[in-house]
Amino acid sequence: MQDKNTGVLAQHQAALAEGKFLIQQCNDCGQHIYFPREVCPHCGSDAVQFASPSGQGTVYAVTTVRRKPADGGDYNVSLVDLDEGPRLMSRVDNLKPDAVKIGQRVSARVVVADGKGVVVFDAVGGAA
Amino acid sequence: MSDGLKALRGSAAIAGVATFGCGEAHGFSEMELLARSAHAAVADAGLKMSDIDGLCTASVGSTMWPMPVIEYLGIRPSFIDGTMVGGSSFIAHLLPAMHALQSGQCNAVLVCYGSTQRTAAFGRREIAQARRWMDPQPYENPYEPFNPPSAYALAASRHMHLYGTTRRDLAEVAVAARQWAQRNPEAFMRDPLSIDDVLNARMVSDPLSVRDCCLVTDGGGAYVLVRADRAKHLAKKPVYVLGNGTACWNRQISSMPDITVTAATESGRQAYAMAGMSAKDMDVVELYDAFTINTLLFLEDLGFCAKGEAGAFVQNGGIAPGGHLPVNTNGGGLSCVHPGMYGIFTLIEAVRQLRGEGGERQVSGAQVALAHGNGGTLSSQSTAIFGTADTL
Repeated sequence: MQDKNTGVLAQHQAALAEGKFLIQQCNDCGQHIYFPREVCPHCGSDAVQFASPSGQGTVYAVTTVRRKPADGGDYNVSLVDLDEGPRLMSRVDNLKPDAVKIGQRVSARVVVADGKGVVVFDAVGGAA
Repeated sequence: MSDGLKALRGSAAIAGVATFGCGEAHGFSEMELLARSAHAAVADAGLKMSDIDGLCTASVGSTMWPMPVIEYLGIRPSFIDGTMVGGSSFIAHLLPAMHALQSGQCNAVLVCYGSTQRTAAFGRREIAQARRWMDPQPYENPYEPFNPPSAYALAASRHMHLYGTTRRDLAEVAVAARQWAQRNPEAFMRDPLSIDDVLNARMVSDPLSVRDCCLVTDGGGAYVLVRADRAKHLAKKPVYVLGNGTACWNRQISSMPDITVTAATESGRQAYAMAGMSAKDMDVVELYDAFTINTLLFLEDLGFCAKGEAGAFVQNGGIAPGGHLPVNTNGGGLSCVHPGMYGIFTLIEAVRQLRGEGGERQVSGAQVALAHGNGGTLSSQSTAIFGTADTL
């Protein structure tokens, strides 16, 4: 599952560039890990491997970054708690920035552009 | 808390403090602001630069900063601490310096800082770009948080969601800081500021407006730490270090276990244990207010009120002049000075208050003061407790 001949950052970014969102799980303590690391931050084990998350999560915190319309206008930055446990920074793409609320259920999607993949989220179900 | 740390309580004292170039310092370099501050702090202690044999310093831009500082000042320190944990560094420098003084490794430690963040030709935009390479955060950078404000805005959003804290509560913090600043001739912004002014100010990263954000100024600050027995015979009334603790749990806001609970809970616990004191013993409190939410989080995490109750604590001028707790009596990073890293200025104001040098903003009868530094994006926390001779 995990190639020990390169670092996990490069492996993770390569998967993202192919449109695949991976997190990690520790074989020793069982906890999920994000961002990817060589060593489990929960128990110190190096028996970490990549795992495919469900992609489902909940908005934990939210901000609207104000930007001039000429520069692209306001945009959302959120912290999202994955159902597996880890939290990550991302954005919710299918709502207006001021409509993204804490508690909103979201689903992950990888946007690939210029050979790089970025994990974003779409709101699912009703409003939070 | 080890007996060894408790034995360090009161073992060292701040003998000299100084600031220079706070606000706008056109035509000065960072090193020049640092050097003027350092020279003035050493003179304030009644010492000469040749007496300095310990150095602590940190810089946002230079990764090897102690070396050019040593070269510039012409000192030969036997103790060097270049620990850089962001704006809390200059509070975190205290305890290692106390160890070094107590062991005899050195006899007089200079802690110093200078920044031309406001007027420098090489601007904030260029530094922010450079930091993407020097301090990579590949799992936050793609989302373009406008940091540091966005990280603190995220924390504020969560605090508001969980505890019903409002933008008006945040505005109370900014208004209180401004009212203190109006009593401090050194403060950069002293115009009247109302709650509505804060609420109606330009939004930066919701729920924070520009008036929820600290200033961007120039400024230098320095202090001199010596063993307590020596401090008694120097120029100024000694201000003793009763406790210090530092804690860091994460770098990125996305890696913080709970963004409404900072590592100040731990740095504060350590500092209080060393001092044998608690929040109720503090006469004056200086908290690193990079953003208005900081003050709320630190009031809670340092035990001045329960988690979630800081909004109520600051309402109706609770921390303003005449309120129930004097907080950020110099005007803080919000209204006094914030040159990149503000931490050293919390300590300098605490010392000035305990010396009775606060002028119009002096807290009457202040014997014990708390200074708290924050670094990164709610990442590192360092808490110090200071007292007059009566508290030993």
